[in-house]
Amino acid sequence: MTVVGDDDTASTASPGDSLFDRLRRGDAAAVARALSAIETGGPQADVVRGRLQSLDGAARVVGFSGPPGVGKSTLVNAYIDELRSQARSVAVLAVDPSSPVTGGAVLGDRTRMGNHTSDPGVFIRSVASRGHLGGLALSIPSMLDVLDAAGFDDIVLEAVGAGQSEVEISHFADTTVILSAPGLGDDVQAIKAGILEVADVLVVNKADLPGADETRRHLEAMLELRDTVTSPPVLPVVALHGNGIGAMTQAIDQNHAAQDASCGPQRRASEALRQAAIAELTRRIAADPELDRLGAAIHRGDINLADAVGALINRAASPDERNQP
Amino acid sequence: MSTPLRVLVTKIGFDGHDRGSRLVAAFLRDAGHEVVYTPPWQEISAVVTLALQEDVDVIGVSSLATDHLIVPDLMEALCDAGLDHVEVIVGGIVPDNEIPLLTDAGVARVFGPGSSREDIVDGVEELGRSAQQRKLSRGGFEA
Ligand SMILES: Nc1nc2c(ncn2[C@@H]2O[C@H](COP(=O)(O)OP(=O)(O)OP(=O)(O)O)[C@@H](O)[C@H]2O)c(=O)[nH]1
Ligand SMILES: [Mg+2]
Repeated sequence: MTVVGDDDTASTASPGDSLFDRLRRGDAAAVARALSAIETGGPQADVVRGRLQSLDGAARVVGFSGPPGVGKSTLVNAYIDELRSQARSVAVLAVDPSSPVTGGAVLGDRTRMGNHTSDPGVFIRSVASRGHLGGLALSIPSMLDVLDAAGFDDIVLEAVGAGQSEVEISHFADTTVILSAPGLGDDVQAIKAGILEVADVLVVNKADLPGADETRRHLEAMLELRDTVTSPPVLPVVALHGNGIGAMTQAIDQNHAAQDASCGPQRRASEALRQAAIAELTRRIAADPELDRLGAAIHRGDINLADAVGALINRAASPDERNQP
Repeated sequence: MSTPLRVLVTKIGFDGHDRGSRLVAAFLRDAGHEVVYTPPWQEISAVVTLALQEDVDVIGVSSLATDHLIVPDLMEALCDAGLDHVEVIVGGIVPDNEIPLLTDAGVARVFGPGSSREDIVDGVEELGRSAQQRKLSRGGFEA
């Protein structure tokens, strides 16, 4: 069991007790410093990543996503209540968007989790997306590794509620909870194709408001259209008052039971690699002058699409040979 | 662009007028920094926990009435938590004769009602960079 957020952290630190030792004990100050190191990058980030290597995971990671204002932070707050009633220690990463123009951000998610600030078993960190478009931030996989190494029982991720965030969060969370709610304008549009596929649990939040039944029926109808055997449960919740949290927690537990948390760090490493490799490949292909020449060749009928794709990928894989014909 | 500063903008004490702190939060965001914003009426212990978990470089406390009088208690609590590298600024209305009470307690700057956006952003940036330096000089993670 960890001593997450031990009040005496500052005074219990003795010489010879390294910052990383303190991190492993769940000392909040050391955890916060490690998260900053990862976010900032540079030599300290490399050191922290190096120390995290080959540690097994143990934490359960639950991700919450859904459109802006659907009640993600309020639901995370209620879920923390539930986890704390089971005496589980909790870390939260709450991602808010950075301004695409200035890079700045006002991070407000945790204002809805205010009750937990005085609880030493809860650690909350606000994260700015820093230009990353997937609904999370590039540092998220390593930040999860830090929190896992610190010994938290549960890690909760709140994504930026926009665009494809629902899909990205599912790569890093063991369980993905997607929220919908009535009265968000076009709430049906909010649950787009592809999102149902990644949801392990669907929540209709704000079930106290008119239209909640309709939102629920609509989601269920969309699920029936799919030809998969199992469908995620659709659960009505009033995050604001804590109604329905028990059923949601049960659904999350059931989904976790099928997974091995010790593989978490390894899965996150694979996913981070996948994203980085795709980003690099995309960058190289976009910068390749051959792209336009091959496009013209397809247009003329000199080459088919599949062969052109193969040619481009080969060039991207060995950029040194680019100058050769 | 350089790394953004992390700044906690908050209000302690009894006064609930948060127009000033909202404005300062927006100034700092527009200057490219990351602002953790809280509603008014924060307990001192909550401000310390927030500063610790969010690893902020600067704390901005807004005070329009008498809230600044408890800022010295905040300074002491930050020091006890090992956060004496964090720079604290106070913004709002502080009577001239009470400013020494704050600066003696370790408050870095007091920004009065006449402060411009530029004054505040420049001041926070200067203080934030020095807070980061101080934190670095205390050693980090070892390979
Ligand atoms: N009626 C009702 N309102 C709710 C419920 N849950 C949340 N809200 C309200 O919905 C608004 C948005 O809640 P948040 O929790 O901030 O939503 P969010 O999805 O985190 O928002 P962003 O992070 O900005 O995308 C707030 O005013 C909440 O009080 C609920 O169950 N019922
Ligand atoms: Mg939120």
